[in-house]
Amino acid sequence: MGFLQFLRRDKSPSSREVAKERLQLVLVHDRTQISPMLMQTLKDEIIAVISKHVPIDREAVDITFTQNRRESRLQADIPLQSRSRQRAAH
Amino acid sequence: MGARIITITSGKGGVGKTTATANISVALAMRGQRVIALDADIGLRNLDVVMGLENRIVYDLVDAVEGRCRVRQAMVRDKRLPELYLLPAAQTRDKTAVTPEQMVEVCEDLRSEFDFILIDSPAGIEQGFRNAITPADEAIVVTTPEVSAVRDADRIIGLIEAAEKEQARLLINRLRPEMVEREDMLNIDDVLDILAIDLLGVVPEDEQIIIATNRGRPLALENHAQAGEAFSNIARRLLGEDVPLMTIEKPSFFSRVKRLFAAS
Repeated sequence: MGFLQFLRRDKSPSSREVAKERLQLVLVHDRTQISPMLMQTLKDEIIAVISKHVPIDREAVDITFTQNRRESRLQADIPLQSRSRQRAAH
Repeated sequence: MGARIITITSGKGGVGKTTATANISVALAMRGQRVIALDADIGLRNLDVVMGLENRIVYDLVDAVEGRCRVRQAMVRDKRLPELYLLPAAQTRDKTAVTPEQMVEVCEDLRSEFDFILIDSPAGIEQGFRNAITPADEAIVVTTPEVSAVRDADRIIGLIEAAEKEQARLLINRLRPEMVEREDMLNIDDVLDILAIDLLGVVPEDEQIIIATNRGRPLALENHAQAGEAFSNIARRLLGEDVPLMTIEKPSFFSRVKRLFAAS
């Protein structure tokens, strides 16, 4: 049995892994009461506010939840557009 | 001083709160502790049958709260042990028959006479849960390694935090080692990663639990079944002993090789 599992492993994730991943995702939203839709709104508005003042690489903006024990935080990674690329773009 | 008041709760129903309450109560009483198990599941009482005391009930919690008897008269003594009592729930009423404040009164009244007051909480997050958690000093959250139970446990842990209780400790119930081994069940570390609270104990799935409940003799009275031993270990940890986890997850040769590959 163990060996068969070992062979199967590369093909598809085990039901245990799927369960863990699904739980972690759903709990982020349960704990913070931030739905995926609200998350998108937040992202759009954050991009809008920042790009009003500084040029940013909109496509590369990454806003995620991080968890430390039972504390959740919103983490934003917002790459600024470099000066040389700005010039190249003009 | 006086008793530690510990509420056993879960969110989801059917994960083993009542079995855990009965067995931890018995295991503590077997270690010479004065224990009372209080059934807070009004309208759906079950702690009495799990403990095997259903035929000796005269009055119940609601009778005591409403003044038809004194709290002492509603207590049923378990004759198998020197200092174990049950305070049964009412069967003919519902959760609104008692308020959280009344629960606090009853528990504070009993505190000086016991070492432990264990409260068996009903499932859910509504008034029945509030009745059970309000008097508590500590809480034990019971879950099984299944997505629905873990999700509800997370919700309950949040509510216990919001009630400014000491952080709850986790009891993982009905773990099936062979399914964990096949990677078809969340393992202990997965559940701890997800819920991020301290572990109090792990109880393996054990058909002896059903047999013990059939007979009304909690497993912890005997000490030979695996689940009975697990509950005894939990009682010892509550008493401050440092008891290592039983080895119920036996990693096979192949899972160890697999880990070796994964690590490299």
